[in-house]
Amino acid sequence: MTAPLLSVRDLSKSFPIQAGLFGRSKLAVHAVDRVSFDLRAGQTLGVVGESGCGKSTTGRCILRLIEPTGGSVTFDGKDVRALDGAGQQALRRDMQIIFQDPFASLNPRMTIGAIIAEAMTIHGLGRDAADRRVRVAALLDRVGLKPEHMRRYPHEFSGGQRQRVGIARALAVEPKLIICDEPVSALDVSVQAQVVNLLKDLQDDLGLAYMFIAHDLSVVENVSDRIAVMYLGRVVEIADASALYAGPQHPYTEALLSAIPVPEPGRHKVRRKLSGELPNPINPPTGCHFHSRCPIRKLPLCATERPEMKPCGQGHMVACHMRG
Amino acid sequence: MAGPSHQTTLTVADEPRAPTSWQRFRKHRMAVVGTVVLGLLVALVLLGPLIWNVPIDKIDFRARLAMPSAAHPLGTDDLGQDLLARLLYGGRVSLAVGFAAMLVAVVIGTLVGAVAGMSRGPLDAFLMWLTDLFLALPTLPLLLLIIYLFRDALKGLVGPEVGVFVLIIAVVGGLRWMPVARLVRAQFLTIREREFVEAARALGASRLRQVVLHILPNALGPVIVAGTISVAEAIIAESTLSFLGLGFPPDTPTWGRILFDAKDFLSIAPHWALFPGLAIFLTVLSINFIGDGLRDALDPRKVR
Amino acid sequence: MTTTPLLEIRDLHTGFHTDEGLVRSVRGVSLTVARGETLALVGESGCGKSVTAHSVLKLIPMPPGQITSGQILWQGRDLVPLSIREMNRIRAREIAIVFQEPMTALNPVYSVGEQIAEVVRQHMGLGRRAAVDRAVEMLDMVGIPDARRRVGDYPHQFSGGMRQRVMIAMALACEPKLLIADEPTTALDVTIQAQILDMLQDMKERLGTAILLITHDMGVVAETAERAVVMYAGRVVEEGTVDRLFSAPAHPYTRGLIRSIPRLDGGQGRHKRLDTIAGSIPSQYANPPGCRFAPRCPLAQADCLAAQPPMTSPSADHHFACFHSVPEAIAP
Repeated sequence: MTAPLLSVRDLSKSFPIQAGLFGRSKLAVHAVDRVSFDLRAGQTLGVVGESGCGKSTTGRCILRLIEPTGGSVTFDGKDVRALDGAGQQALRRDMQIIFQDPFASLNPRMTIGAIIAEAMTIHGLGRDAADRRVRVAALLDRVGLKPEHMRRYPHEFSGGQRQRVGIARALAVEPKLIICDEPVSALDVSVQAQVVNLLKDLQDDLGLAYMFIAHDLSVVENVSDRIAVMYLGRVVEIADASALYAGPQHPYTEALLSAIPVPEPGRHKVRRKLSGELPNPINPPTGCHFHSRCPIRKLPLCATERPEMKPCGQGHMVACHMRG
Repeated sequence: MAGPSHQTTLTVADEPRAPTSWQRFRKHRMAVVGTVVLGLLVALVLLGPLIWNVPIDKIDFRARLAMPSAAHPLGTDDLGQDLLARLLYGGRVSLAVGFAAMLVAVVIGTLVGAVAGMSRGPLDAFLMWLTDLFLALPTLPLLLLIIYLFRDALKGLVGPEVGVFVLIIAVVGGLRWMPVARLVRAQFLTIREREFVEAARALGASRLRQVVLHILPNALGPVIVAGTISVAEAIIAESTLSFLGLGFPPDTPTWGRILFDAKDFLSIAPHWALFPGLAIFLTVLSINFIGDGLRDALDPRKVR
Repeated sequence: MTTTPLLEIRDLHTGFHTDEGLVRSVRGVSLTVARGETLALVGESGCGKSVTAHSVLKLIPMPPGQITSGQILWQGRDLVPLSIREMNRIRAREIAIVFQEPMTALNPVYSVGEQIAEVVRQHMGLGRRAAVDRAVEMLDMVGIPDARRRVGDYPHQFSGGMRQRVMIAMALACEPKLLIADEPTTALDVTIQAQILDMLQDMKERLGTAILLITHDMGVVAETAERAVVMYAGRVVEEGTVDRLFSAPAHPYTRGLIRSIPRLDGGQGRHKRLDTIAGSIPSQYANPPGCRFAPRCPLAQADCLAAQPPMTSPSADHHFACFHSVPEAIAP
């Protein structure tokens, strides 16, 4: 086996919280809590979880848009956290990001052409402005827009079209990895499918690796080779997509799967319903974070000790005292 | 139907292109009117004294407090001096003070606000403390103190007129940057967290590039409005100083100065106060309209 | 059906006057809601589903909004000409609404109990003590644990899902006959969404309230509604029982919508392309004579661009507006 393109080990990020007027309080939110996974070139890792599970923070820590507080990130053999300014600048060419909200992720004062060309200017790609224009036109064509759109402003486009512009901007530096942070959550169903198909085509043609972040398991199924499920800052299960859907091991994964409404009336499946709400991340439950909502917990251990990741099949890992 | 390779080509192209900034500005009718009025005022104070060459200090007691007439189109003051000539001459000073002080306020305010908004932690806290301090200072006593301390030194350095001018725009502008700084900082704090700025960071854009290309243009709208208001404030502040005898010498007929001189004669010679008042009013109003127009012109989302 | 339906909308047109002209958001919508049933109003953003529902309660800002023509019959009585005061007697008491964002729909400075009690006192004439008791009863009914103690809590002390429960409790407190639920679960996490949908179903069975459910999610439709109305660009394109709509959808847009839902099939989706509907939603300013969906439609022919297709009815409980399509099951 070749070495993975991206290797994340025990990545952690905690945000201190200030409490009180002069609070130098020691409280911290562990937004990302010892997360580990690998991603191979040309493949897609789906990262799934509900709000506050740390999936977006994980993505931003890998890009160092947020500085992690612990763990290691290895990209293409390089230790990302040890990179200096020049190294980090080079890394920015290899890793890109696509955002969730197509209305907030494009500068409203810049034309589409300027937005896409900026990446090339920063990294000195293209001989001159004319050459960059040619490249922008090619990129627009690649993502299903027209070259003449480059003189327009973001507000003239629909959500799906803006998301295509965001994709073109990420592609402009010819990256190897794109972190897709809920790229279709804000779009209508029929447009979601268009954007997902575009991302898949680009992956096939350009050999891109994706880290595809989503809040439910229905969209990622269609893009992912492997899937990691997160809950309150921790990965609770990671497996090949087919294994995860065929035999989910963690009770939270089961609940996420059964919470997806099925577009087949009459086939009311038996829901594995979760009681209770998502706990406050400032003060998560002890032991296994999930034990307060878990339908299968039995061991006293669940409330006292953090379950570590254990193998439970070919490339399948689960963090549960009851399984594995 | 389009073929499969073009199934995603889209409807935007059928609609007309977005207007340029200039086109957007031109559609803002009041802003165009404001530009014309301000242009006229500037032309008048620059060229007027060459055409209407009545001396501004020619005293004529027979014509004191005269109503507008052919000899004195805007009437005269209590010494019989021609008001039109005085307004035209004094306007140069008033407009120059207004614009220069606005520039000082906006530049200092934007710099302080931008630095505070971009730096988290102690520097931000210090700059905001400084801003609050300046806001809390009683302006007038401070003005008096600064002028008493530095007027003579500056006069000696660059000559009496330029000295007073520099001093006045420095103090008037230097005490009006605080609202701009707070506005800019607040804008920066929200805009720097927006995803398009994060996207620029992910592309490796330097801090300067993020500020100049992404944050500042999106923060400009409120700053322009604040700037136009400070022009008006500066013109008024100069007249306060003149009134207290701390501004330009009493024989420099700035608009504010004329207004204050006229206030004791309101009931018998209303025209004396009316015309400088009108001049200040027109200037402020047209600048405000231009500000509105500029704000919209710089925002491509405005279709109107 | 011989009895008067609870709500009947006849050829409703609602528009908004803007600087660039009249935006015709709703272009001739007709639908009925029977007592105690759940009707889903489905469509993508900008299709006019929310504007239709808000028109019923006259919650659209007027001006710039305007109901230009049509009737909204509430138990046979037209609501369109009613004054605001007359509408206020209908709001909350007979027709209630819950919104997408439970964060912004509650007033942060009053406790949830005070807010529910206020509605109850105004519309049911209960005294202060009785109104608070009613609030506790409602909070308990929508599944808020320890309701008696939590009735004095403020909105910020509840999580998103709990706030939506509070909103539903408030809406149902006066026992309205119709609840308009405007994307009630869109802002919530998936596991919470499932809880809220189950709770709504439960409340409907206990109180006999009819529900007009506005949603963009065909999965939610399949799981909660009995009948559905599919809207596209301001018009109804198909209407029918949910069973029929999913087993034999007729309109090409409905078929496209159902097909583009990502389906779980045991992790095998990785190598399949998703079905899509080509193109994007038409401009709201355009007023073409023909079918609004024609530019994106795989079946479109010349006549589609010339005239609006009328509603055809293959059976009493199924109607659609298309010249060329027939109801047919979607091949997997």
